[in-house]
Amino acid sequence: MSRTGSLRSQVEEFLFREAALLDEWRLDDWLDLFADDARYVVPSTDLPEGDPERDLVFIDDDIIRLRARVDRLNSRHSHRESPRSRTRRFVSNVRVEETGDGELRVSANLLVYRFRSGEGAPYVGAIEYILRRDGRDLKIAYRRAVLDLEDLSWHGAVSIIL
Amino acid sequence: MDIKDLIVDDRDRGVFRVHRSCMTSADLFRQERERILDRCWIYLGHESEVEAPGDYRRRTVAGRPLFFIRGKDDQIRVFLNSCPHRGAMICRRDAGNAGVLQCFYHAWSFSTDGDLIGVPGEDAYGPHFDRTEFCLKSPPRVDSYRGFHFVSFNPQAEDLVTYLAGARDYLDLVVDQAEEGMRVVPGSNRYTIKANWKLLAENSLDGYHLVPTHRTYVDYIAGFGTDDSGDTVSARPPGVAKALGGGHCVSENISRNGRPIARWHPIFGEEARERIARVRRRLVQKHGEERTYRMADTSRNLLIYPNLLIMDFVAISIRYIEPVAPDRMEVTAWHLVPREESGPALATRLDSYLTFLGPGGFATPDDVEVLESCQAGFRATEAGWSDISRGMLNPCPGTSDELQMRGFWRQWHAHMQGRDRTNVKDR
Repeated sequence: MSRTGSLRSQVEEFLFREAALLDEWRLDDWLDLFADDARYVVPSTDLPEGDPERDLVFIDDDIIRLRARVDRLNSRHSHRESPRSRTRRFVSNVRVEETGDGELRVSANLLVYRFRSGEGAPYVGAIEYILRRDGRDLKIAYRRAVLDLEDLSWHGAVSIIL
Repeated sequence: MDIKDLIVDDRDRGVFRVHRSCMTSADLFRQERERILDRCWIYLGHESEVEAPGDYRRRTVAGRPLFFIRGKDDQIRVFLNSCPHRGAMICRRDAGNAGVLQCFYHAWSFSTDGDLIGVPGEDAYGPHFDRTEFCLKSPPRVDSYRGFHFVSFNPQAEDLVTYLAGARDYLDLVVDQAEEGMRVVPGSNRYTIKANWKLLAENSLDGYHLVPTHRTYVDYIAGFGTDDSGDTVSARPPGVAKALGGGHCVSENISRNGRPIARWHPIFGEEARERIARVRRRLVQKHGEERTYRMADTSRNLLIYPNLLIMDFVAISIRYIEPVAPDRMEVTAWHLVPREESGPALATRLDSYLTFLGPGGFATPDDVEVLESCQAGFRATEAGWSDISRGMLNPCPGTSDELQMRGFWRQWHAHMQGRDRTNVKDR
């Protein structure tokens, strides 16, 4: 297998493991995938290129707020997800690019079906990562989910981790 | 059921009930369109959304496709988004810039002030063809107050300032926080709630639900050292709730969380402390201690009847509710910021917004859920009525009381019965 091929399968393995943790609602384990200086961003649907420092986005979490988000989702008082929705994520079209400083720039397509209260609909979009090597493993330094949806008319909220 | 019986309003006994068919009936929804949305002033957009000549924004307002555009003369004009020729939409993007507006059907073109300036093969129309009959049409009434643009489909509507009644002072209190005026930052939050639009008008002013519904938010903020944790409704400072006339209402709280304008909070970080203190000194200099206190240390949720909210607490959100069906509303929220803020000050404010507000925030998803839950519960038609009587016998109602919601409902009820303004003393 080529070097790029083996790198991609290592990244894919990581992304598939991450997707499984989210679908299984193992959010504390999922949080362990993040570096302490990580950021998780979801731009508004009408401004996919939105910058949280200048523009209105849906989500812009540092690790403190991401931990709080996980605590919230773990509690029964996160009403949009209590009871929890069923989700199934499909991560594909994975592309990996090595940056000079030992980090990996990763992009993939994201499709998450969410089912709850007798209804189901997908979140569709692209997901971008900056992954950092951490010994033999990888850590998420940056994670950005960019929705293709024009608005949140199906879901009413971004109540799950995208 | 007769419309006059849809609300029970017994001031002596302190009983206020709304029949749940107000949220479910297709007939009432149709009548609301005629008697409320087609009569009132309805929010369109903010001046800062079209900064340069030719900038335009597309909107759906009270069911009508509209767009507004800044002309070469710097005037903002509003047009029905439908070609006077055969009806196609002229403006087919949500936002952009245009020197000339051209319909893509037969290529008729219009200037940014609405004049018909190009008709391919015009000579085929004969000598009586008059271009002035085919200008882009505007809604019957268009007006603005301090950068907020409104339209009315009622040619007889009173002027906007009269319409705003007591809400005007509160708009001033928001706009005056900025030194160089306010602007809307790029990006909007657009989401649909499968519930009746009036439930969000209520919910946005409902202080009673804050602690039980938004416990995770309260806990999150408590983590930064605010004494919000473990609050019970009765332990909270009461704040003030007012009906402002004409269905407008406000709930005003003493803020214990941060206010990006001039009240520092640990969540903003140490580096923001001095910057925020400077803004506060500037506000005191310009507006005096008392008004600065109101701007900085109190927060307000303002309903501009019928379907606009200005949420001025962790940040300033403009929230517009478009009723779509009895059980469906489309919500658009924008973030309003002082023009002079940039860099770290702006970043602090943008971050503060996201703690509570927006469909990815720590509270708004709970509200979406609870309103949809109410709407689903209304299918148990035997249950009949919702109660909104809290604090009705309290001479100084607080924000956990429901005077502000009764003010909204009384105006709604008056309009639905073909009456104009509510003139009874609210309670």
